[in-house]
Amino acid sequence: MGKVAEGQVSVEKFSFMTTTLNDAIGWARKYSIFQYPFVTACCGMEYMSTACSHYDVDRFGAGFPRFSPRQSDVLFVVGTISHKMAPVLKTIYEQMCEPKWVVAFGVCTCTGGFYDNYATVMGIDTIIPVDVYIPGCPPRPENVLDGLMKLQDKIQRQKQAF
Amino acid sequence: MRIESLLEHVQSRYADAVVGVAPEVRGDAAVVVKRAALRTFLAAVKSDPELDLNILMDLTALDYLHWEEKEDRFEVVYNLFSLSKNHRLFVKVRVPESDPAVDSAVPVWPAADWYEREVWDMFGIRFTGHPGLKRILMYEGFQGHPLRKDYPYNKRQPIIGPVN
Ligand code: SF4
Repeated sequence: MGKVAEGQVSVEKFSFMTTTLNDAIGWARKYSIFQYPFVTACCGMEYMSTACSHYDVDRFGAGFPRFSPRQSDVLFVVGTISHKMAPVLKTIYEQMCEPKWVVAFGVCTCTGGFYDNYATVMGIDTIIPVDVYIPGCPPRPENVLDGLMKLQDKIQRQKQAF
Repeated sequence: MRIESLLEHVQSRYADAVVGVAPEVRGDAAVVVKRAALRTFLAAVKSDPELDLNILMDLTALDYLHWEEKEDRFEVVYNLFSLSKNHRLFVKVRVPESDPAVDSAVPVWPAADWYEREVWDMFGIRFTGHPGLKRILMYEGFQGHPLRKDYPYNKRQPIIGPVN
């Protein structure tokens, strides 16, 4: 809650209204997810099949990928992240405006997967915070949709900053 | 040229450079050459009208760390091909661990540039005379050479850039 200008009343004063507003904003946010697909590897195929008409993420209000991090709410990290790519991912994350969420898509992003070697980052949560982990190599579209619904739940229930 | 006549030609013409014949590589001839004579040998087989090995198809290296029968730890392999004659020659050169360096093949085939950078990056074998021998796949600041057999496969290095 920022400072309130002279002559105005802080929203906090209307405690009965804040809770309702919180829900309303959560509802609006969870159904208008602008996603940034950070696709680096094979999981991208599964991402595409989820995004296309057969599974249709637009049913969940997440059908609008933005290719600018400044316009997106959810960062979908899809595929293996190498040490060389890690600084890029971090920059992209920092360029996104609040509120923002991160989905780790596939085991590579969750834990590094089977790449226990010199080149791969062992889970993106070593560099950026993650909200939802979707395991699988690659995860099935149903699995992705499940993760997306969990994210929506999370968005709905959190205390909205506004 | 058939493999027997090719090997015979190489052995008789370049007797002072060739150490011996290596086992065939899936039906193609392979020879081992002296490290000191490598550059002149490569330039000679490229311009030899009978061999006409005008393409460098590949250049890679091997690490024989745990092979006791091998005297030298590394081996650099050149895969040469002739478009006009449709034959192939593998040229191997043995490189000791104490001095991991061979002459660069860039003056002979400019295509060797990135291959040699990759071998440097992964195995730490230097190529003397290379125009700009720096890492090609790993980032600057990476310690060691990951395809060496004594590089621990699960070793972690600090992540670079704005992350830290
Ligand atoms: S989790 Fe599997 S499918 Fe996904 S990027 Fe990694 S290796 Fe590819």
